[in-house]
Amino acid sequence: MPPANDVFEVKKLNVWYGNFQSLRDINLTIKRHAVTAIIGPSGCGKSTLLRCFNRMNDLVNGARVAGEVLLNGQDIYSPAVDPTEIRSHIGMVFQKPNPFPKSIFENVAFGLRVNGYQGNLEEAVESSLRRAALWEEVKERLHKSALALSGGQQQRLCIARGLAVEPEVILMDEPCSALDPVATLKIEDLMRNLAESYSIVIVTHNMQQAARVSDMTAFLTMADDRAGILVEYGTTAELFSNPRDKLTEDYITGRFG
Amino acid sequence: MEIRTVFHKKLREIQDDVRVMGSMVEQATSRSIEALRERDLKRAGEIIADDLKINRKRFEIEEKCVQLIATQQPMASDLRAIIGVLNIITDIERIGDHAEGIAKIVVMIGDEPPLKPLVDIPRMAEKANDMLHRSLDALINHDATSARQIAAEDDEVDNLYNQVFRELLTFMLDDPKTITRATRLIWVAHNLERSADRVTNICERVVYMVTGKMEEIGVSKY
Repeated sequence: MPPANDVFEVKKLNVWYGNFQSLRDINLTIKRHAVTAIIGPSGCGKSTLLRCFNRMNDLVNGARVAGEVLLNGQDIYSPAVDPTEIRSHIGMVFQKPNPFPKSIFENVAFGLRVNGYQGNLEEAVESSLRRAALWEEVKERLHKSALALSGGQQQRLCIARGLAVEPEVILMDEPCSALDPVATLKIEDLMRNLAESYSIVIVTHNMQQAARVSDMTAFLTMADDRAGILVEYGTTAELFSNPRDKLTEDYITGRFG
Repeated sequence: MEIRTVFHKKLREIQDDVRVMGSMVEQATSRSIEALRERDLKRAGEIIADDLKINRKRFEIEEKCVQLIATQQPMASDLRAIIGVLNIITDIERIGDHAEGIAKIVVMIGDEPPLKPLVDIPRMAEKANDMLHRSLDALINHDATSARQIAAEDDEVDNLYNQVFRELLTFMLDDPKTITRATRLIWVAHNLERSADRVTNICERVVYMVTGKMEEIGVSKY
């Protein structure tokens, strides 16, 4: 059994897209109820690593995964596991907000309806919107189109939609890159609050964002053959103030690009 | 490939400023001892007035550090370098205050005849200045080994202080009429002893900047 405070354990993970190796020998654990940031230069495999946590790479042609990704001790890549079932435990938020062209209410209720939710739908929708810090802004117009919301509100709606199905983990791939600074800070604040009940893994190009929101940070870079490797993984406070590895130091101080 | 060239150039400029401020303070210390030796009240007055320039230099450097933090979000060794400088300029400024303190004692002494020729007090000043100068070399060269070494040399200044104290005590025991003059010289020596202690603080900051570890080095006997 993995320690109870780890939600994911990645062991010797390797990923290829066709002949190209995208990730090599990644080992790390993701702590429960914490925000873990994955940083690194473009092409280092940050998003690939994130997509391994909910088997999104299965959807990419030619992608091959070796190694283990244990969710609460169970390998999600074992043949016995249904990827759809895995994804229902793991919410995902993307770079651009992608609400459905439906009302605000229906966006949040969607996953619940698909799962045949038997409880009180109104209560569940309100609870999710509250947890996503969006309720006060939309409670008067729940049945209006979600597409009329601002970008930052749409992103929080996507988070609410993910929360509605009660995931254990929320994966975020550059969730703020399309948002203005105020909307960004709201999402960051929300992430800190959500980390009390969920485990969050975020990929970000913005190092300051990683420094602000995360508890743990993983720094990936490319080896000579361009395969992504994990250089350093540790507490965010330590990694940004006194990194152990020269490669990390050079990257976060802008001495290497 | 270095990316943040502008930022790193500014960081080097700040370190150059610290060096300039260090030179101002070194000069104030050695001039204060000259003023003491020569009973030069005019020079003592200049040192007291010049302390304002040192204080202003400190604010100027502090301002530059704050601006770099606010606008550049420095990380890792860059962040430690700026935080280190912020601490170091406080200590340099205080060393300047000790020089000013000596100048004020010179004014107090006025044209009283010297109690004895100055021997150990100038040696203390020289040593403290040398330690300050080399601690700022260590800062600029990112040299934690030298910084630790320099901090250890504080013992030499402490020993000199002890020697000065004991010697002046014999004067006071022999002839109570010397008490005022001897006490003032002890104040001078005390200022110098404190200056060297400040240098050990600077050395601790250099070690932190280089290694990321906060450690107490060279605990003073006084």
